[in-house]
Amino acid sequence: MPQSDIMSRQFPKQSVGLVSPQLFHFDEELKLRSGKVLKGFDLMVESYGQLNAQKSNAVLICHALSGDHHAAGYHSHKDKKPGWWESCIGPGKPIDTDRFFVVSLNNLGGCAGSTGPASINPQTGTYYGPDFPVVTVRDWVNSQVLLMKRLEISCWAAVVGGSLGGMQVLRWAISHAQSLQHAVCIAAAPKLSAQNIAFNEVARHSIISDPNFHAGRYLEEGVAPKQGLMLARMVGHITYLSDNAMRSKFGKTVEDFEAPGSNFGRDLRSGKLSYGFNVDFQVESYLHYQGERFSENFDANTYLLMTKALDYFDPSVDYGGDLSKAFSESDCKFLLMSFSTDWRFPPERSRELVNDLLKAGREVTYLEIDADEGHDAFLLPIPRYLEGLGAYMNQVFQKDCSNAA
Amino acid sequence: MRPDLEIIQQWIEPDSRVLDLGCGDGSLLHYLNLQKNVSSIGLEIDADNIRQCIDNGVNVIEQNMDAGLDNFQTDSFDTVLLTQTLQALSNPRRLIEEMLRIGKKGIVTFPNFGNWKCRLYLASKGRMPVSRFMSHQWYDTPNIHFCTVRDFDDLCRDMAISVLARTVVDSQHQGSWAERAWPNLLGEIAIYHISRG
Repeated sequence: MPQSDIMSRQFPKQSVGLVSPQLFHFDEELKLRSGKVLKGFDLMVESYGQLNAQKSNAVLICHALSGDHHAAGYHSHKDKKPGWWESCIGPGKPIDTDRFFVVSLNNLGGCAGSTGPASINPQTGTYYGPDFPVVTVRDWVNSQVLLMKRLEISCWAAVVGGSLGGMQVLRWAISHAQSLQHAVCIAAAPKLSAQNIAFNEVARHSIISDPNFHAGRYLEEGVAPKQGLMLARMVGHITYLSDNAMRSKFGKTVEDFEAPGSNFGRDLRSGKLSYGFNVDFQVESYLHYQGERFSENFDANTYLLMTKALDYFDPSVDYGGDLSKAFSESDCKFLLMSFSTDWRFPPERSRELVNDLLKAGREVTYLEIDADEGHDAFLLPIPRYLEGLGAYMNQVFQKDCSNAA
Repeated sequence: MRPDLEIIQQWIEPDSRVLDLGCGDGSLLHYLNLQKNVSSIGLEIDADNIRQCIDNGVNVIEQNMDAGLDNFQTDSFDTVLLTQTLQALSNPRRLIEEMLRIGKKGIVTFPNFGNWKCRLYLASKGRMPVSRFMSHQWYDTPNIHFCTVRDFDDLCRDMAISVLARTVVDSQHQGSWAERAWPNLLGEIAIYHISRG
């Protein structure tokens, strides 16, 4: 594209358009769940829309495993892809930036600007690497509370997240119920199943067994465990898609999919079988591509931390295993949603949450969305999903963010 | 508001907890939330209805009650509603049992198949009654368990359920002295307020 075209490029109408992140430094000590203490840290934050005079229209977005602060809009005119939740956040979208002040951050331990393993440890003068403490969902939420105070917001109209982000929403509702009006928890689970943890362990093991991992000190060595991270992402990706989603993506000829001339019929990548151990099928090349791209942009130590945060999440441990007791003080309202073909956090897991909320006498709305896209559905523009979320957020706005509020 | 809902709302205590099984577009719960300050939850499976519930500010859970109500705690609601849904359930008796486990009281409404128009239709035409009010053909109807006022009275007796109040109305939802005298013959919609015996 010529430079002039790039500069004059129009963003889609329902996008927040050009956005820039902002780094917040915190001098506060953050006592972590592990007992360790983080003495000062940075959080990379983006916001969209305007905070109203009553400061009653703020919405916090919590990101999932590989997400970051860049939830919507574009960082430059050259950006091909918008933020990770562009389908839901923007003017006129379910989380309407004409109405809400939307805050999104990169969580601690991340690799998109917030303090994490790839940051310099002020005490040693080199990368934290494996010395970065294991952080939990609770630690993230505690850091988000500090961010809320910094922004001088006393109560979120809603805290919203999918998957691991939904778990942060639950933690907000359990530990800081007075600081949110609505908890919107999408495609999440009360805790991981053994199968979920097993997949995470395969991902972690593939990273740490990469010869370039160097016990987590790869940055000092000037290398990166790309093969391991790629493999981890490939495994992860399989769990994000449903069987049906893969079938429709790779099970038929798609002429306009990529380069013309590629034969995608019967899943084949190049028209005939190689009778060797090369990439024969389109799904293989898709996974390779996704894995490779991810391994170039993501920090392996962060991936280890994020999967551990998932594994450790279980708010019921403080309540003798009874999650309903965890919600006994959670007098915010709840919206939960799940997707029919999600086998990572299937509808049954959301129903467990609904049942515990009902047992605790909470106000809850629950939608089970028919969608072929598996766990990934929560990121995609599925009509019933967007409509349901939009209708709910409209109520949030009408009831809790209007001038009377 | 539907006139049968007008009758029902008189039986709901202010500030109580209400569960509506098959809550439709949530208009009754919306009304009860506003007028009686109840805390309420509705169950529904139709996507459009669920969307309307959200628009009405009604808490709604997407759940098929034919699959059971085990997820609701015993005595967790003051009143459980079942309006115009009884006849579409696969196991009505079991569901009424569940209603009165979950709630202290129940309110059930259903179309009365013992109404004279149904009897006349079947007697004269020899066909399953189809009317504006029961508009489905026998092969495509969601209504698989029709009953009469007398049938439901028998079931309540059988299950040792106390009938606190019983009203029948016609299709305009008007009650008259004649309907009170011959409910099973003249009533088109039956409305029961019940509790554990």
